[in-house]
Amino acid sequence: MGSYFSDDTLKKSQELTKKWEDEVAHSAVQSPDQKSRWSTVSDLEIKRLYTPEDIEDTDFARDIGAPGEFPYLRGNQPTGYRGRYWTFRMFAGMGSAADTNARWHMLLREGQTGLSTAFDFPTLMGYDTDSANARGECGRCGVAIDTLDDFLTLVDKIPLDKVTTSMTINPPASVLWAMYCAAADKRGVPLSKIGGTIQNDMLKEFIAQKTFMCPPEPSVRIISDTVEFGTKYVPKWNTISISGYHIREAGSTAVQELAFTLRDGIEYVEDVIQRKGLDVDAFAPRLSFFFNSHIDFFEEICKMRAARRIWAHVMKERFHAKNPRSWWLRFHTQTAGCSLTAQQPYNNVVRTAIEALAGVLGGTQSLHTNSLDEVLALPSEHAVQIALRTQQIIAEETGVANTIDPLAGSYFIESLTNKMEEEAWKYIAKIDEMGGMIAAIDKGFPQLEIADAAYRFQQQIDHNEKVMVGVNKYVTSEEQPIPLLQIDEKVGKEQLKRLADVKRRRDSRAVSTDLGDLKNACKTGKNVMPYCIQAVKDMASLQEICDVYREVFGEYRDPGLF
Amino acid sequence: MPERRIRIMVAKPGLDGHDRGARILARAFRDAGYEVIYTGCHQTPEQIAAAAVQEDVDLVGLSCLSGAHGYLFPRVVELLKEKGAEDITVIGGGIIPDQDFQRLYDAGIKAIFTPGATLDSILDWIKNNLKPRE
Repeated sequence: MGSYFSDDTLKKSQELTKKWEDEVAHSAVQSPDQKSRWSTVSDLEIKRLYTPEDIEDTDFARDIGAPGEFPYLRGNQPTGYRGRYWTFRMFAGMGSAADTNARWHMLLREGQTGLSTAFDFPTLMGYDTDSANARGECGRCGVAIDTLDDFLTLVDKIPLDKVTTSMTINPPASVLWAMYCAAADKRGVPLSKIGGTIQNDMLKEFIAQKTFMCPPEPSVRIISDTVEFGTKYVPKWNTISISGYHIREAGSTAVQELAFTLRDGIEYVEDVIQRKGLDVDAFAPRLSFFFNSHIDFFEEICKMRAARRIWAHVMKERFHAKNPRSWWLRFHTQTAGCSLTAQQPYNNVVRTAIEALAGVLGGTQSLHTNSLDEVLALPSEHAVQIALRTQQIIAEETGVANTIDPLAGSYFIESLTNKMEEEAWKYIAKIDEMGGMIAAIDKGFPQLEIADAAYRFQQQIDHNEKVMVGVNKYVTSEEQPIPLLQIDEKVGKEQLKRLADVKRRRDSRAVSTDLGDLKNACKTGKNVMPYCIQAVKDMASLQEICDVYREVFGEYRDPGLF
Repeated sequence: MPERRIRIMVAKPGLDGHDRGARILARAFRDAGYEVIYTGCHQTPEQIAAAAVQEDVDLVGLSCLSGAHGYLFPRVVELLKEKGAEDITVIGGGIIPDQDFQRLYDAGIKAIFTPGATLDSILDWIKNNLKPRE
């Protein structure tokens, strides 16, 4: 009952498949397969052929359905990309706030439709440029932000009520978001009008990206504060971007990325409900996700489709959400940095195009395409333009946006989607048994699962079982050098001067009162957001605020598992 | 008396959290029979130099993908020298542009490995070049 195919079709399929198998067995003697095992980049074994039998248990209405309908396998929007393309959102940030602002304006001129901010390491870790920990790092892999003064330069002449801005920021997410709110306020834009995303996903930091500050428990508490604040005052803001991207970059398989990310999402939802007493439907529609799009084309598409279906079930059945928007899994995609090669870098344009196409066929809401030079440095303007054009070509030339979820119904696609979903549920159940994600992190479980997968992949590359063109096959001895963006040493010196100047000008008594108030809020469980906003308005620096967090909550140290 | 096993420290200086390569190398060194100490992320050059001396290692492998290698790598060598441990071999890897190689060699980094280097090539370098400390 409910099967995708009639009994008659299945019977015929079985007969024809059997016949085909016999023929293959016969001809394989003369021309055997090139290798004994065919698998995805994640080492998931793939069969020679998929047939109706592989999806005979799939129920069309229950498991596939229509776009815009539960379980959203085919997308959240009933009109797919015909109503609206995904947001072209290039991750950009380098040097000073003024440098990055100039790059943003260039991208908007070139047809980008949303902004995305890359911060430098000191900012990501909650240190100011004048910290001893920041030496050598200022502006190197993103923009340096110390105070609201820098932030106002960053968003200069950006229409905050029209353009949405994503900020890849985690331990100090509350602080940078407070700066965004304060900047909007100074520019006369009400909080109800601003839109964007803060990554604000600490669990994946402990699991994979390693940008951490305080231990997991208080980190999640601060996140719940931001969710609560957003729900009440900044309704168009996505307060968490629950991220698999970094899990994958750290070497996980696609299934691990899928499972750990969704289990992180479950952990956040549970915390907000328990700690804040919010109704799930009040905040769940503003949760967003972020996935990697790696080089294994079909595996990625199936991962994204499976993600939507799993999350819809999680929200409806585990959390009893009633608002369909709570069931939606909305996500941003970035093509896989780790799939790019320093060797023959122009090949990266091709890889990125294929990965971007997978993201689109997977139904992403927003996309960053990597630039060909990102293995070597922050992207040059020319390389970024090619990457952005890649998205525009996919959207407006290839015709893939003509129809919704065009791969649905493929025996292989539906079968692989089912398989990935099934494997992800197993991981989710296992982490539930461990007592949740924080408990699993304490045991080192996801960290070591990823380390195993990363090591296995490296060995496969070293033994030529997997191919990276230009690295272990089709190697050329003469490499063509490409022009790279350089970050001037001057950036750090000028930033130090700017910070010193702000500290001299500000009312330091107001700052110390603000920091005292914030400390009190941290200790008493009051929402930290209003206190952060007040502090940044009075020009408290990023590190001064983060030092309050460190003092009250303690610091997390990398356990160094390998 | 059993021969002392060669001790290798894999270290992540600075604020960079890209530890995929460092952790893979730590495993590869362990599988190759070395004693391995992995510092974890976010170590200052001072912490790394102190730990290297305290752990009596023969080699320190530094990994940095944030672009801050120009300051961090030479600083580790300098601090080891100050501690009278200049016979600890220091090598490095990560996202390091070709034009920075010479400056790092001049500062005392003995080898640099960039994306695409195989585990075998790194293990071979160690086998052929590492002089265990006296």
